[in-house]
Amino acid sequence: MKILKLVFKNALRHKLRTILTILGISIAVFAFGLLRTFVTSWYAGVDASAADRLIVRHSVSFIFPLPSAYTNKIKTVDNVAEVSYANWFGGTYIDKSNFFARMAVDVNTFFEVYPEFLLSDEELANFKRERNSCVIGSNLAEQYNLQIGDIMTLDGDIYPGKWDFVIRGIYQPKFNSTDANQMFFHWEYLNERMNQESPGRANFIGWFIVKVADINKSSEVSAAIDQVFKNSTAETKSETERAFQQGFLASTGAIISAMNAISFIIVGIIMLVLGNTMIMAARERTREYAVLKALGFSGSHLTTLILGESTFISLLGGAIGLAMLFPFVDVFAQFMPKGFFPAFYIETITLVLCMVAVLVIGIAAAIFPIQRAVTTRIVDGFRFVG
Amino acid sequence: MSKLIEIRDLKKSYWREKLEIPVLNNINLTIDSGEFTALMGPSGSGKTTLLNMIAGIDKPDDGSITIEGQEISSMNETALAKWRANNVGFIFQFYNLIPVLTAFENVELPLLLTKLSKAERKQQTETALKIVGLADRMDHYPKQLSGGQEQRVAIARAIVTDPLILVADEPTGDLDKASAEDILNLMELLNKEHEKTILMVTHDPHAAERAQVLHHLEKGDLIKSDKKAVQEH
Ligand SMILES: Nc1ncnc2c1ncn2[C@@H]1O[C@H](COP(=O)(O)OP(=O)(O)OP(=O)(O)O)[C@@H](O)[C@H]1O
Ligand SMILES: [Mg+2]
Repeated sequence: MKILKLVFKNALRHKLRTILTILGISIAVFAFGLLRTFVTSWYAGVDASAADRLIVRHSVSFIFPLPSAYTNKIKTVDNVAEVSYANWFGGTYIDKSNFFARMAVDVNTFFEVYPEFLLSDEELANFKRERNSCVIGSNLAEQYNLQIGDIMTLDGDIYPGKWDFVIRGIYQPKFNSTDANQMFFHWEYLNERMNQESPGRANFIGWFIVKVADINKSSEVSAAIDQVFKNSTAETKSETERAFQQGFLASTGAIISAMNAISFIIVGIIMLVLGNTMIMAARERTREYAVLKALGFSGSHLTTLILGESTFISLLGGAIGLAMLFPFVDVFAQFMPKGFFPAFYIETITLVLCMVAVLVIGIAAAIFPIQRAVTTRIVDGFRFVG
Repeated sequence: MSKLIEIRDLKKSYWREKLEIPVLNNINLTIDSGEFTALMGPSGSGKTTLLNMIAGIDKPDDGSITIEGQEISSMNETALAKWRANNVGFIFQFYNLIPVLTAFENVELPLLLTKLSKAERKQQTETALKIVGLADRMDHYPKQLSGGQEQRVAIARAIVTDPLILVADEPTGDLDKASAEDILNLMELLNKEHEKTILMVTHDPHAAERAQVLHHLEKGDLIKSDKKAVQEH
C-alpha cells in the first residue's frame, strides 16, 4: 500500500458527496470554458486584424461614405504601400436571419491587402474578369451548400433592387481566427448601377483599407492621411484596423465584460464548494490525522493526503468539464447563425485558463484543512468529538 | 531488571481561558525494561495525560522524561515523531483504525515510514497479524470486524514495528468481558513471550491484576505503588 492509495480511498469515502462535488466542478469548468470561448471568439476579429493595415473612414462615423476619388490622393502619402476600399452592402440573402457580411470591394487590390483570405490564382482571375461575380468564404459555401458557378441573389436595402451574383471563388481562412463568413463582389458593378439608378450616390465608398510600408510608421501615416483631407467636405479618420475593430466592438462590450466577469465568479464559487467539501472531510478525520501523527507521520504526509485528495477531485471534475466542452462547442458552432462570430472555437489560452483554474481551485480548497490538520496537537485531535 | 523509563519532577497544567488547571503535580516514576505496568485512578486524575507524555505525544511543563537514556521532553517535533515511530506502539480505547483501509493495510501503515521493501513489509505485517490471531481476516475492513477483533488489529499495528514500549489507554474499556479477557491475554503474551514493556491505563481492577506493577494516581499525584513479586514462568 502507498500513501496515494489512501488518497483515493479517502476521496471515495463519501461517494455521493465526492460525485456531487466533481459534477459541480465539471459543470463550472464547462461554463467557464464556454464563456471564455464566447469572449475570445468575439475578440477574434480584433486579434485577426493586421497591424500593418489602416482603416480610413469618415471622421463623423463609418456609416458616412467617402468619395472614391480619395484613392489617388491617399496613394501619394509617404509609406503607403497599397490602397483598397470597400462598401457595406447590407441586403438579405434568402432570409433576414442569414446574417453575414456582404461587401462591394475593389477587385484589383482587395485580396492583396487581405492575404489571410486564401484564393487560388485561377479563381482570383475569374473573379476579376466577370463583372457580376462574387467570392465567398468557405464557411458560407459549406453552410448554404454553394459551389462555384452557383448564383447568389441578394435583396438590397441600402442599395434597393434584386442583385444576382455568380460565384467565381471560394476563399479559405488562413488562420483559425480568420473570418470565412463573408461575401465580396465588384465595387465597379455596384457603382455602375448607382450611376444609372441614383447618380447622386455614385462614386462613393464606405472606407479605405491602407497597407503601410513600414509598420512602425502607422501613426505617422494615419496623421498624414487625415491631414490631406482636413477642411474638405468629407474629413477622414484613420486608425489601425485593430483600433477600428475595437471601436466597433465597444458598443457590445458591456455584455462581453459581464461574461468575462461571470466566468471568473464561477471559478470563485466552485472554489467555495470544493473548499466546503474538503473542510468537512478533514474535520471528520481529525482523529485519524491525530492517529497518523502519533504513528510518526509528518505534516508533509498529511499535506500530501489532503492536497492529493483535493486536486484529484478538482482535476477529475475539470477533465470531465473539458470533455463536455469540446463536443458542445462543435455542435454550438454548427447551429449558431454563421457570421455572428468571425470564428467560434476553443482557443489554447482557454484550455490553459481552465486547467490553471482547476489547479488553483484544488490547491486553494486544501489550504485551510491542511493548516488545521497540521497544527492541531495530537492530544487535542484525540479529544476531538465531531 | 534495568531502568527503561525515568520520570523526574514532572509537572503539567492545562489552561482554560486564563485559569490554570494543574493536572500532574510532581510525578517521579521509574519503569523497568520488560515490565507490565498498570496505571489506575479516578476519572480526571491525569492518567491519560501522563501516558501521553511518556509516549511522546504531549509535552511536560517542567521536569524530565528519560527513556533509554534519551531525554524526550526536549526533542523537537520532527525528532519526536521519528522517535515515536521507532519506539512506541499505541493501543487506544476506541481502536482508532482507519476505516477505509483493510486490516492488513492498517497494520502495514507504520511500516510505510520505514525503508522496508514491499515484500518485507508484507512479511512483517502478516507476522503481526498472526501473533494477534487474525491472519485469516487480513482483507476485512474494520466495520466487518467485532470490537475485540478491531482491538487486536490495533495491537498488531502497535507491534508491527517491534517497538520498545507499548502504551495502552483503557484498551478493554469498550469491550465485553470475554473480548476484554482475550485482549488482556494477548497483552500478557506480548509482555512475557515478546518481552514488551507495557504501560496500560485502566479503570478495571481485573485488568490491572495482569500487571506486575500498579500505580495509583489521584488528582495529579502518585499516591500508591504496588509491585507484585515477579512470577517465574
Ligand atoms: N488537551 C487538554 N486541554 C485541556 N484540558 C485537558 C486536556 N487534556 C486533559 N485535560 C484535563 O486534564 C485533566 C486530566 O485529564 P486526563 O485525560 O489525563 O484524565 P484521565 O485520568 O485520563 O481521566 P479518564 O479516566 O476520564 O480518562 C482533566 O481535568 C481534563 O479535563
Ligand atoms: Mg483517560
